[in-house]
Amino acid sequence: MIGNMIGVLFDGIAYGSLLFLISVGLSVTMGMMNFINLAHGAFAMVGGYVCVTLLSKMGLPFLATLPLAFIAAALVGLVLERTLYRRLYKASHLDQVLFSIGLTFMAVAGATWLFGPTQQPVNLPDWLRGQVHVLGLDLGTYRLFLIGVVVLVTTALVLLIERTRFGAQIRASVDNQAAAAGLGINVSRVFSLTFALGSGLAGLGGGLGIDVLGLDPSFPVKYMVYFLLVVAVGGAGSIKGPLIAALILGVFDVAGKYYVPEVGAFVIYTLMVVLLILFPFGLVRRKV
Amino acid sequence: MSARIDSAGKPAAQPDQLPTAAMSKAIRLPNDRWKLLEIAFWLLPVASWFLFPNHLVLISQIMIVGLFALSLDLVLGYAGIVSLGHAAFFGLGAYTAGLLSVHGWGEPLSGLLLAALVAGVAGLVVSFLVVRGQDLARLMVTLGIGLMLFEAANKAAFITGGVDGLSGMATAPLFGAFEFDLYGKTAFWYSLGVLFLLFVLLRRVVNSPFGLSLRGIREGGRRMPAIGANVDRRLKVAFTAGAALAGVAGAMLAQTTQFVGLDSLGFPRSAELLIMLVLGGTGRLYGALVGAAVFMVAQDTISGLDPAYWQFYIGLLLVLIVLFARGGILGGLEKLVHAVKPDARKEEA
Repeated sequence: MIGNMIGVLFDGIAYGSLLFLISVGLSVTMGMMNFINLAHGAFAMVGGYVCVTLLSKMGLPFLATLPLAFIAAALVGLVLERTLYRRLYKASHLDQVLFSIGLTFMAVAGATWLFGPTQQPVNLPDWLRGQVHVLGLDLGTYRLFLIGVVVLVTTALVLLIERTRFGAQIRASVDNQAAAAGLGINVSRVFSLTFALGSGLAGLGGGLGIDVLGLDPSFPVKYMVYFLLVVAVGGAGSIKGPLIAALILGVFDVAGKYYVPEVGAFVIYTLMVVLLILFPFGLVRRKV
Repeated sequence: MSARIDSAGKPAAQPDQLPTAAMSKAIRLPNDRWKLLEIAFWLLPVASWFLFPNHLVLISQIMIVGLFALSLDLVLGYAGIVSLGHAAFFGLGAYTAGLLSVHGWGEPLSGLLLAALVAGVAGLVVSFLVVRGQDLARLMVTLGIGLMLFEAANKAAFITGGVDGLSGMATAPLFGAFEFDLYGKTAFWYSLGVLFLLFVLLRRVVNSPFGLSLRGIREGGRRMPAIGANVDRRLKVAFTAGAALAGVAGAMLAQTTQFVGLDSLGFPRSAELLIMLVLGGTGRLYGALVGAAVFMVAQDTISGLDPAYWQFYIGLLLVLIVLFARGGILGGLEKLVHAVKPDARKEEA
């Protein structure tokens, strides 16, 4: 029973860290540019398809496909930010929602056209399959790997934002665009690079997540709620908030599906509505 | 309303309008008189009865979806609440009418009223959550409620039929005399009648002081309390009314098609609805109807193609509308009229 619970908790944390990896870029774009981007899942999907294609068509090793998934999604994000997104930073939230729903629809249709409507299989290397024994518990190797990667990436991200010059520029632009621009920071370039970084992380998450979340053209719509949820519950513009929110959501979702499968996804939606009522501005409220 | 009636019980409209007359060129109060163009618009469905007798089913569905789009226009176009889960109320209405009919209560008009009541009560409850947050939280709450209801209907298959949908409905004849036939003749007049009645009501509401205050909230919510408007309460009323109207539309679709599918609650339906509304133009009532008609006719003609392509073009259309054509079809037409006839602006309300 206890082992069971720890197993669920472990799976939930793995799931939550994956959600965090995909959503953290969304949190930054929402906090920084005040942009409601419903198409964020599409960037994760780009990463997922890049991974699958490189694995099955070109026979690259799994680990080598992950950085490429990051780069591909980041490039797509950069191009779209430069050409389309930046036109709508000052637009109303409704316009942003409509625009990003439009992008999502196009991504879904495009993926169906290119790859067909079926689920994409992923062949993990042998060393990532099966289970390992840790302290008398059977833990999925891949999930352990997942958590490891997310911890690494998160540490790198925190270091980037807290310790580097670029990170300082990001923080300055989030806090006050006008003042940051007045200090000589090229805010529009910071926006572009941050957007690309966030898209790239989503792409990396998409590639890592094929085994956990699955991959088919409806991916951006199916998980849109989860990504938005992480940001809305966690509070936009921070790293800590989405991390906590993603872990909570991951654990509750897995536990809900494991213990009360008959109510299915109901648990997560109820949790979401309750959390939004209790914290309408997110768990971690950014200082304005 | 009561503010406009003085102690003697007479309408105190005269003093109200004095300052307006002075600056009539700048600001106009909405004019409640029916314009010629509007009357012509409402003759279109009647004309379509004679012109397209083989497409009556499609035309009634356009009118029903048009009513649904109108309900979102009140919530989004006038009150400015971005809702991604409006289909929840549509589906609630549809299932209410459907379940009533399956369990032997097939009388259509009372079914509509009950559906409006159920959807309205649900809307009232949700409205308390909606007014709490800002755009993002509102979006999430409406999205979440919609998904919750979808999940609930999906899991409660013993009541709703789950994925297979609710079948076995038998809608009783309208007024006890007009049977709902296969060609959709009764359904046509039924949809047109209900749509027109509710449109007249809604038109009156949005041109009333209440409707004006909604626009005020949409344009500058922080200033409205300063002129004595209870912002939260007005938003709640608008959201509840929008939900009840959506419920009526859902019930009407259920009664005329005698079937309720799970998709009536789904997110794609909410998203499509948004698309129709912005396609036609928000905040102008007729935009909802024009958008619904154009969207559904296009969908009907292109449905021979792969659905995936349809989705692609819908997405592209949305992006283009947002980038280049805010205001939709009617907004574009208005601009065109103003470009051709610069003084037309003064005639428009």
